Amino acid sequence: MRQYLLAGLAVLAACLISPDRSSAQDAAIQPILQDHQALIVKSSRKTIAPVIEAVASSGLPQAQTVLEVWAAKNMWQRKEDGLFFIGERIDSKTYALIDFDSGEAVGEFVKKDLKQIKPNSGIRALIGTALVQFQLSDPNTEARRAALLSIERDPEASLLAPLRASIEGEPNAELKAQKQRLERLLTIGYDTNEAARLTAISDMSGDLGVDVRATLNPLLTTTREVALGAVPNGVNVAQVLQPGQDDFDVITAYNLLVDKGLAPALHTADDVRLALGEHIDGGSVGGVPVAQLNTEPARLKAYAALAEAGAVPAYVGDNAINTPLETHVFFEAYVEPSQVVTDAAAQALKDIELKVGLNQTLDLTLDALSLASIYFLAAIGLAITFGVMGVINMAHGEFIMMGAYTGYVVQQLIPDHTVSIIVAIPTAFAVTFAAGVAMERLVIRWLQARPLETLLATFGISIALQQLAKNIFGTQARPLTAPGWLDGAWAMNDVVSISYIRIAIFILALIFLGVFLYIMKRTRLGLETRAVTQNPRMAASMGINPDKVNMLTFGLGSGIAGIAGVAIGLFAKVTSELGSDYIVQSFMTVVVGGVGNIWGTLAGAAMIGFLQKGIEWMNPSNTLAAQTYMIIFIIIFIQFRPRGIIALKGRAAGD
Amino acid sequence: MKRSFIAKNPSVLIFLAILALFTLLITVMSEGFGVGGISTSFIKTLGKTLCLCLIALAMDVIWGYTGILSLGHFAFFGLGGYMIGMWLMYERTRLIVVDSLAQAEIPPTDGEVIDAIGNQIFGVVGSSDFPLIWAFADSLMIQLMLVVLVPGLLALVFGWLAFRSRVTGVYLSILTQAMTLALALYLFQNDSGLRGNNGLSGLQNLPGVTASQDHVSLWFFWASAAALGGGYVLCAWLVSGKFGSVLRAIRDNEARVRFLGYSVEMYKLVIFTLTACIAAIAGALYYPQAGIINPAEIAPIASIYLAVWVAIGGRGRLYGAVIGAAFVSLLSTWFTGGQAPDINLGFYTIKWVDWWLVLLGLSFVLVTLFAPKGIGGLIDIFTDRRAAKEAKQ
Amino acid sequence: MSTLLEVSGVSVTFDGFRAINNLSFQIAEAEMRAVIGPNGAGKTTFMDIVTGKTRPDEGRVIWGEKSVSLLGMNEAKIAQAGVGRKFQKPTVFEDQSVQENLLMALQNKRGWLAVLRYRPSPEDLVKVVDLAEKIGLKDQLFRKSGELSHGQKQWLEIGMLLAQEPRLLLVDEPAAGMTPAEREHTTDILVEAAKTRAVVVVEHDMEFVRRLNCKVTVLHEGAVLAEGSLDHVTSDQNVIDVYLER
Repeated sequence: MRQYLLAGLAVLAACLISPDRSSAQDAAIQPILQDHQALIVKSSRKTIAPVIEAVASSGLPQAQTVLEVWAAKNMWQRKEDGLFFIGERIDSKTYALIDFDSGEAVGEFVKKDLKQIKPNSGIRALIGTALVQFQLSDPNTEARRAALLSIERDPEASLLAPLRASIEGEPNAELKAQKQRLERLLTIGYDTNEAARLTAISDMSGDLGVDVRATLNPLLTTTREVALGAVPNGVNVAQVLQPGQDDFDVITAYNLLVDKGLAPALHTADDVRLALGEHIDGGSVGGVPVAQLNTEPARLKAYAALAEAGAVPAYVGDNAINTPLETHVFFEAYVEPSQVVTDAAAQALKDIELKVGLNQTLDLTLDALSLASIYFLAAIGLAITFGVMGVINMAHGEFIMMGAYTGYVVQQLIPDHTVSIIVAIPTAFAVTFAAGVAMERLVIRWLQARPLETLLATFGISIALQQLAKNIFGTQARPLTAPGWLDGAWAMNDVVSISYIRIAIFILALIFLGVFLYIMKRTRLGLETRAVTQNPRMAASMGINPDKVNMLTFGLGSGIAGIAGVAIGLFAKVTSELGSDYIVQSFMTVVVGGVGNIWGTLAGAAMIGFLQKGIEWMNPSNTLAAQTYMIIFIIIFIQFRPRGIIALKGRAAGD
Repeated sequence: MKRSFIAKNPSVLIFLAILALFTLLITVMSEGFGVGGISTSFIKTLGKTLCLCLIALAMDVIWGYTGILSLGHFAFFGLGGYMIGMWLMYERTRLIVVDSLAQAEIPPTDGEVIDAIGNQIFGVVGSSDFPLIWAFADSLMIQLMLVVLVPGLLALVFGWLAFRSRVTGVYLSILTQAMTLALALYLFQNDSGLRGNNGLSGLQNLPGVTASQDHVSLWFFWASAAALGGGYVLCAWLVSGKFGSVLRAIRDNEARVRFLGYSVEMYKLVIFTLTACIAAIAGALYYPQAGIINPAEIAPIASIYLAVWVAIGGRGRLYGAVIGAAFVSLLSTWFTGGQAPDINLGFYTIKWVDWWLVLLGLSFVLVTLFAPKGIGGLIDIFTDRRAAKEAKQ
Repeated sequence: MSTLLEVSGVSVTFDGFRAINNLSFQIAEAEMRAVIGPNGAGKTTFMDIVTGKTRPDEGRVIWGEKSVSLLGMNEAKIAQAGVGRKFQKPTVFEDQSVQENLLMALQNKRGWLAVLRYRPSPEDLVKVVDLAEKIGLKDQLFRKSGELSHGQKQWLEIGMLLAQEPRLLLVDEPAAGMTPAEREHTTDILVEAAKTRAVVVVEHDMEFVRRLNCKVTVLHEGAVLAEGSLDHVTSDQNVIDVYLER
């Protein structure tokens, strides 16, 4: 700790030292510049290197200023004595000169007495590289960070040495680690010493960073080559290719020969057709009437006749392929000449891939878990109404949508995102609870014991609500913005990461599970609900009002849908179709999980979430296909467990 | 005691007579063969409506009579459309391609023709190869058979799986809905082999037929009317007699039918597959009139609308299904087509394009609540009253 | 008299509750048997097992002279093999006429193709009229069965059972909710039926059982407690303890 403090103080002190203090030092940079005066003035990329080197390695604090000023074309030479200064424009004819060493103004001069030093872009690049070492040890932490970032973005062999030199003196521990890491990566890519590269590769193997893979992969770049007879010496061969094996088919092999100029190009059907077209002679080509040229053999025959007559080059077709293929050897060669390095890199990448694979599995698990919690949230309300009342609420999706829109409206009224979300959740619950109760009283109650008709009636409500939302809010998506502290993602490493919103939804799902279990097991409402579920008539005769219980249950289920809507709206776009996007999955969750049991819903959501992610992983390019396969899987699953994962048995199942 | 089936079901005769009269009337009023009082586009609308009536009949048999609320019959309808659409599109493209290649100096080979057709059809999804399912697209006969076979087979496999595991009631409804969704999602993919969400288009053109759309639309109208008539007789025959008795018994108490010794699963499977085939035929007649088919047509919502039509028309009576489908789908075309006059309330103008679905949804709820027998129920009241009067006399 | 149905060592458990516990039961052809027992004794579950609705965890159910096991068969197959069942609640197809109900139950081919082609033959129609006469519904032949009285529905259901011509009739509480006159008629129908086939009657009403005048099996907690004539079992101390004294 004390070390850091001291280091911090040192940096602070360095910042406080003003430039004119440094002028007190005896050593001056002007003599060095004067030593190389001729080279500086007549600068050329080829000759300038020693000058830059001399300035950079002078060890003087002014060196950085000189280089910066030079590169920015602000260095001027006074013609009378040949000294170099910083030139500051006063007007088009007058410039103020400032001394490099003292930092003080020398006076104003007319432009014609001065000469501007204009380095070309090649020189500026060299100066830039030389400047890196200064930036890397710049007293300002941000400047050092920026320098590192620029190296990372644009690595170069020449940056390796200054980077190495700057590690020792780095006071900031975090930056030091970054520098060391970058040094290892640059070593792998650019060091001239093979042993050093191997050490660096072995140091970095097992690291999950994307940058490591980005460094190692180019080492393994290969090109397809061909040679007559045998593979030439001194080539780092990755693989010898057999034409016709794997994805290296005969045509590809032959075309490689063609590309290298080792064989004549094949004639395609188009070539033949065009050639024939050019040689139509009185209704026939090569003795074959044009009308008969509608088959491949006839065309070839005509072409052969033309070739014989010398009108076209000889036909090169499939039969010409094999001979040259036999005399040549095909191979993939690494661009990197050192075999030891490529072997080590390949091994390191393999190790990394394995670790990446494991981590991806973890990432996938997290993804699946988050998807499962979304399905759980979306389905739990449905499961309650279905389980308790045997009612399929097709408008459930629209309640989810209502919740999301409620969140949107609240956000319009309360601009602060955190407060608005806190307000939106109970508001959404209240709105959808009320809607649910109204629907139960007005529609569902009158259709009891007619589940199919309830399904249809609620579907009618679903159409109406969806269109109503479209009429009110329009068809374009409305934003429901998450509060700032939910932005971003929790990243374990470069592979495993999960956004905070999804974590929040997972926690919300857990809270719901807890609240639901509490209500069902510990409250009067829960007791009455369970009683009504198991035997409504008996419950009624014991003084429980089943109508009231049904109404509250339905309200509760709808209210939960509303909260789920707010949660889903945070990461999905809020449209009138929001609900219908989730409704089928919610049904699946309930059906797969089994009716009348919260754990069944949980299991169903988990199964569907994991299944969907799993299928997506196997076929990542195609989420549509993933959903198709998942539904097919569920239909088959129902074969084996028609009543879901957790099924009631015996008389309780009541069929 | 042995009386013919038609004689025992006078309503079938009445229906056929009305249908024939209607067809005749439309033909006389048409632009193609008659005085031209009805536009060709409206003939197409009417022809499509007849197809929707046919699938509504199928829905009524499976739901109204057998009690299986299938939310998947539009999938079979769509598949039927796809099967005939494949031939229509292939053959039309082939003719165009052959025509354009005929301009070339050198006559095209068969391979070149097929490649060019493939490019024309599948270029839009970034491919030019024919998927395996197009293997028979060049044969009208085979595609016509596939119109019935493919949806029938799907229904058979799905039904076998679903009924065997005794999935019933709302579970089954949801499962059929899932099946529809799976099929729609599958077809939405570009590599489904059926041009992804572009679907098949240009189906209104009969390949090799030079007659104008005025005539073609009437041909399809007649075919649809004939199919509806045939379908009505078939469905009426199915639901009458002992077979229909068993179907209604399954609807009312499935377990009891089992204890009578009937294999309920088998009956359900047969009727599910049969109605799927009827739906497929309706689809195969519908889409050439619509001109285009894409996966959105198969979306679960379509099958639910089908249930809405049948419910509003009155299920458990065949004419109810026909009335419901015709009434609601024509009304829907009228409202959403922008022909319905907007209502200006001063502070707000009710645009029917926007509010029709709200109205439909709510009226559907009202029908379910207050008129479970639908429009057909009104006719029942009328006929019952007459029957009562006759009984008194 | 040969054994028609033999149930041996059958047990079934629902969520840990043993509904049937090592039950064994036999009935011969053309025998009438009454099964009595307190609520939860397993009477209905026993019928469920025989008719294929519930699958037992263990045990055997053997049927007929060929000794086929009923356990691998579904409800429809068992019914076709000759087991008819009448439920506690009258379940007739209320939307259909008495004639249609009886025609559906009539012993004919059950396959869908055969049914689709089926046209009622004059003999079948005569059979239906005979049955209707037997169950006292001859005048109601063309009425919707939903319009019948409770007792008439019970008879119709029994009529449908008879139409099936089963070799074994399982009847669950046939007399529930009937007037005394209706009960008497029911007894007559059952006794008549038992002359040609086996009949198992589950009943609570002792008076009704006495009138059936047959062998009685007492079930308790899923097992047979006693068997014999009504007088014999009612004097059995065990039976008195668990059943009559409650």
